Amino acid sequence: MEVAHARGGERVSAVLRGFHGGVRVPRSKEALQGAGSRSAALPPLLIYPLQAHVGTPARPVVDVGRKVCRGELLAVPSSYVSQAIHAGTSGIIVEIAERAVIHPGGITDTCIVLQADGEDRRLEPAPPLDLGRATPEALLARIAEAGIVGMGGAGFPSHVKLCEGLSNAVRLLIINAVECEPYIACDDCMIRERAADVVLGARILMQALAASQCVIALEDDMQLAWDALSSCDLAGAQIVRVPAIYPAGGEKQLIRMITGAEVPAHGLPIDAGVVMHNAATAAAVADAVVRGLPMTERLLTVAGAVRTPANLRVRIGTPIAHLLDGCGRSAADARVIAGGPMMGTRLIDESVPVVKTTNCVLRLPAGSEQPAVPCIRCGDCVEVCPAQLQPQALYEVARAGDWDGVRELHLFDCIECGACAYVCPSRLPLVHYYRHAKSEIEALELEQRRAAELRSRYDARLRRLAQAGGAAAGLEGQVEPDAGEGPAPAPAPDRATMQAEIAAAIARAKARRAAYTPPAAGGDGDGTR
Amino acid sequence: MQRDAETVISSPHIHSGASVGGVMRRVLMALLPGVIVSVWFLGPGVLLQIAIATLAALAAEAAMLSVRGLAMRPFLFDGTAAVAGVLLGLAMPPLAPWWLGTLAAVFAMVVVKHAYGGVGHNLFNPAMAGYALLLVCFPFAMKAWPVPGAAVWTADVLGAVFPVDGSRVDAVSGATALSFVRDGLQGMKMLSELRPAEAAGLAAGGAAWVNAAFLGGGLVLLAAGVIRWQIPAGFLAGLIAVSLLLHLGDAQRHASPLFHLMNGATMLGAFFIATDPVSSPVTPRGRLVFGLLAGAVVVLIRRFGQYPDGVAFAVLLMNAAAPLIDRYTRPRVYGERDGR
Repeated sequence: MEVAHARGGERVSAVLRGFHGGVRVPRSKEALQGAGSRSAALPPLLIYPLQAHVGTPARPVVDVGRKVCRGELLAVPSSYVSQAIHAGTSGIIVEIAERAVIHPGGITDTCIVLQADGEDRRLEPAPPLDLGRATPEALLARIAEAGIVGMGGAGFPSHVKLCEGLSNAVRLLIINAVECEPYIACDDCMIRERAADVVLGARILMQALAASQCVIALEDDMQLAWDALSSCDLAGAQIVRVPAIYPAGGEKQLIRMITGAEVPAHGLPIDAGVVMHNAATAAAVADAVVRGLPMTERLLTVAGAVRTPANLRVRIGTPIAHLLDGCGRSAADARVIAGGPMMGTRLIDESVPVVKTTNCVLRLPAGSEQPAVPCIRCGDCVEVCPAQLQPQALYEVARAGDWDGVRELHLFDCIECGACAYVCPSRLPLVHYYRHAKSEIEALELEQRRAAELRSRYDARLRRLAQAGGAAAGLEGQVEPDAGEGPAPAPAPDRATMQAEIAAAIARAKARRAAYTPPAAGGDGDGTR
Repeated sequence: MQRDAETVISSPHIHSGASVGGVMRRVLMALLPGVIVSVWFLGPGVLLQIAIATLAALAAEAAMLSVRGLAMRPFLFDGTAAVAGVLLGLAMPPLAPWWLGTLAAVFAMVVVKHAYGGVGHNLFNPAMAGYALLLVCFPFAMKAWPVPGAAVWTADVLGAVFPVDGSRVDAVSGATALSFVRDGLQGMKMLSELRPAEAAGLAAGGAAWVNAAFLGGGLVLLAAGVIRWQIPAGFLAGLIAVSLLLHLGDAQRHASPLFHLMNGATMLGAFFIATDPVSSPVTPRGRLVFGLLAGAVVVLIRRFGQYPDGVAFAVLLMNAAAPLIDRYTRPRVYGERDGR
């Protein structure tokens, strides 16, 4: 717990606070924390899911048969919260179709498929921005154009985070290089090799946010990365080292450790006065702003049951099977996981592509899995839960389908870190139950919202009918005058349309129940617009 | 592509290796010092009682698993029945006839554990509920403790435990220090009158040594992270607080905290019985409250009750309150303002 260049700022003190719970998981990454990166071989096919981020799916701007160069735009954001996608190499678009994507249920999504021509020609980079004169707006636009999404977590479009931070006058930027998941060492490697870019990216992000303070957070076992950062001109940024306790790199946990403040329930980090970006995102921002390069590549760790574990520079869109072929599979029977062993997604199909958030491809040898037995209320989960929840009580109510009880126990504050299930002596798949309960409740709430909307539309229609001479028909008395509530004059749906919508809503809810997680594709959500 | 919905593929994909069996094995190992010292002072009857109760508990568990159509392998040897059996055996008077321990173990497994839903679902501590049943139904047989100072190793232990007729039990049994002092005080005697006899009984019965051994095992359990500090600390603090208050009020009528700490099942209760996870609260604050109240009730029952010891009833009373305690001691959730 050291703090370099501490300045006693208004929010950041030299003393790190703890966060509740957490668990020490074997790190399994010591070898990769000293190793350099190497480039993965270019795959014959690159696959780009349109929905590989939080928000609405991207909109393709290329057609099948189109020849593209590396860096050329393939898809543009479809809304404020969306992302641009760029070609990772030169080649020809061969397909825009449903393909398997990284998803626990193994669902498919619309993907743009690019066949590499092997020449790897690159589009002329965009002109660099002059940092001395660039406004936050110009920086935000460039970051959005480069298709940068958070590379450490759920893939939230970076420009949206920055824009919200800017409009909320956030003062503190935190660069998160706390790789608390076992096995993963790609951020560590990236910092060792590109420390100056991380610092530069942090400076650009501060400028885009108009933030006054920056903290770069590492884990205390990342000595070489710390050395590399310390040798850079930090220009006022602080480096802090946090204990290597899982999940210290969780957004809420890191904010609590650095600022002492908590992100309010149902709130965002900006509500705690913080914008947090991953270290790899910061380097990608430097690439975009001063080199004019869109995000087409990332560093990721391939580890576990492979012959040569490595930190690989991988083109976004590379099929995971291609990476495993390159590294060599060392155990026949293994589970393949995209992401870390604590929060990653177990893959059903190895042909799914690397997306911008994929920080690890892990092959875990299939162990002897012990069956789950009933909870003995030992309370180990309570001890480790970083959200200070009651995992054992949540499990009981979630299993019983008691959705009110689930809400009362604050299920939606659960960050699904898996610390509870990791320590559970009864081997209960606790996170599975929480995710199931969350998706059930979300489906229910969606149904309720749709029903309420249909109801208000129906009322509005009755009012219109009444106004258009319905007085004679005697409809007035039945309609309550609540003009402020219903949506503004919407196209009046007739009864058949409404029945179709209700049927569709029920079908969607059923589909969600069956799949446990909502279908990620764009077929959903049009009814609310 | 599609997996059947029962196949769990949710993260996390690795596990710490902890298991219910592992937890229970460590509890059994931590009980060993106390068992050895008990045998030293109270004779081979202790081992006989443990064997009887454990075998009966395992047999009843197997029968119930079979009746309920549950798999034997994950449950029968998960250690929960064995721990309940060993705790019950330790609570039994060493010279009690075999059928008492058997009855209690079968009651504990069939009624207290499986009728409530099996492992993890019992409201009450099975071993203590079984023991309480015997205290209520067979109060005289439950006083079959060896006479302090008697040669426990030469006595006819087998004859007492497996009696042909019931007369031999009375010949070797006597009062424990706890009963002796309580009966004396309730008989209007003063503590100073009882002290010499009590001291003699203490040395011969070895209650202080037995308690010290269970304390040692309990501390090992604490250090190993199998139990948390809240329940034992609360239990001992509650016991000390109430006994100290009474003792300060009238030292002639109420024994000292030290007497309570060194006698009866104090340490066994604080570290091994009250800490049974299934029937105690889960929240850290809740466990402290649970321990404090249980420890306090132990002293009240010992001083004013009619039973040889108060640990079983104190723990059972607090078991009933555990869900309520849990509900009102939930910690504040990250990012939430309220304390719920």
